[in-house]
Amino acid sequence: MPTIEIAGKQITVNEEGFMTVYDEWSDEIAKVLAAQVDIELTPRHWEVIHFLRDDFKKEGESSTSRHTQTVGGFPIKEQFELFPKKPAKKMSYIAGLPKPKGCV
Amino acid sequence: MKNLLVLGAGAAGTMVVNKLRKKLPNDTWEITVVDQETEHIYQPGLLLMPFGTYEPEQLIKKRQSFFPKGVNFIQAEIEKVDPTLNKVFLKDGREIGYDYLVIASGTTPRPDQTLGMSDPAIWYKSVFDFYTLAGATALRGALRDFSSGRLVVHITEMPIKCPVAPLEFTFLADAYFEKRGIRDKVEIVFVTPLEGAFTKPVASKHLGTMLNDRKISLESDFVIEHIDVEAKTMVSMDEREVAFDLLVTVPLNMGADFIERSGIGDELNYVPTNKHNFLSDEFPNIFVLGDASNIPASKAGSVAHFAVDLFSENFVNYVNSRPMEHSFDGHANCFIESGNRKGLLIDFNYEVQPLTGRFPIPVIGPLPLLKESYLNHIGKLAFRWIYWHILLKGRYLPIPALMSMAGKVQVTKKEKERINANN
Repeated sequence: MPTIEIAGKQITVNEEGFMTVYDEWSDEIAKVLAAQVDIELTPRHWEVIHFLRDDFKKEGESSTSRHTQTVGGFPIKEQFELFPKKPAKKMSYIAGLPKPKGCV
Repeated sequence: MKNLLVLGAGAAGTMVVNKLRKKLPNDTWEITVVDQETEHIYQPGLLLMPFGTYEPEQLIKKRQSFFPKGVNFIQAEIEKVDPTLNKVFLKDGREIGYDYLVIASGTTPRPDQTLGMSDPAIWYKSVFDFYTLAGATALRGALRDFSSGRLVVHITEMPIKCPVAPLEFTFLADAYFEKRGIRDKVEIVFVTPLEGAFTKPVASKHLGTMLNDRKISLESDFVIEHIDVEAKTMVSMDEREVAFDLLVTVPLNMGADFIERSGIGDELNYVPTNKHNFLSDEFPNIFVLGDASNIPASKAGSVAHFAVDLFSENFVNYVNSRPMEHSFDGHANCFIESGNRKGLLIDFNYEVQPLTGRFPIPVIGPLPLLKESYLNHIGKLAFRWIYWHILLKGRYLPIPALMSMAGKVQVTKKEKERINANN
């Protein structure tokens, strides 16, 4: 797995740039990752990100948009407003979690 | 006497009772299966029905004719499962106790879950599904009457039953209109919530090229919010619009309602399940097979078939307090019809995406993978016979349950990077 340096720290990522080590993530890193996909994090963004981090710890996999809506209480429409175009992918990317499984 | 109770007599449930009746002694094990319907539908045939390949009666047989001797069949609707009492409650008031429970109640399309979709002004008039006998039959008439305009093929949300079927439908529609000599009067659009034509990169690229070659446009990352009934337009969560004259949609797929009533499912009524041995995450005497579970494998008959093969061996060990020896790898094997009597074959699992190459199969094979060929089309058609006569009855089929790399062309690191860069 390649590593890259973000905010002065070495972090491990996969071929698509998604972080692969849960505990390497930090608020600082999230800000940098968000900027890379042109998102400036507001308090509401942070609420979503913290839900995703907690949920991953519980479920062992990245939340889908529907799960984030039903369990986290963030309507899918709002997810699109906060993380335009590809919310599920961008949310996981910024939260330092694997890309949600495109269910097969 | 021990009781094994199976909920659902579709492909998975029927294979389970056939396999296990042979393995569990009649004098110590009772096997009961519950289903609300007495008819078994050959679901892969529903894809071809709108194009006139089959008549409805070719796709329907009595469920009972597939159960071996020594299996009780109860036709009833299920109210709920109570895993603390080890009991299943039926709608008609009956209760059935069990020692072990297999949930194989599948998944079904729910057009009512998308605002506007099931509105009587458009449902089965200009909006159709094809995963039900009623939908496929109604769509056959609509396709026949369609002479010009915009056909939109659409997936509401993943996961769906038989994830390649919407693409196959699109290829078949292209060939169908071509044959009728009106392809230039029909615009075809494929609309998906995914990033590309399919879920996995190599297959997505191949299938995306096939859409392109057929002048079918692709609208990706489209998550539907509602259908504007009057304007005959789909509106996405980020307010993109796709208008249609004829919409062939795959509605939201959900597991059975009794799963929700029993409080044992996730937000789509799928039961959280161990992806390697099919044991419920929560209950040590409940297994979940086929489309009813939340395992990250295709919701498809081939997956159910491979799963049941391994499960039936494991189950006998499990009930005798021995370790379950077999671990499922997510193996799926699907023929993809591409029109003009050609088809593709894909073979993959949890770890290995569908690749190109050749698929070894005794007698008729090898079959080309991810490549159009007449042989694959014949394979698809032959499968109906195999399904009724071999698969459902739990007889031996010479395809291994676990995926093999034999014949597959592996993706190089360079190729992988190139694909990722394009995404």
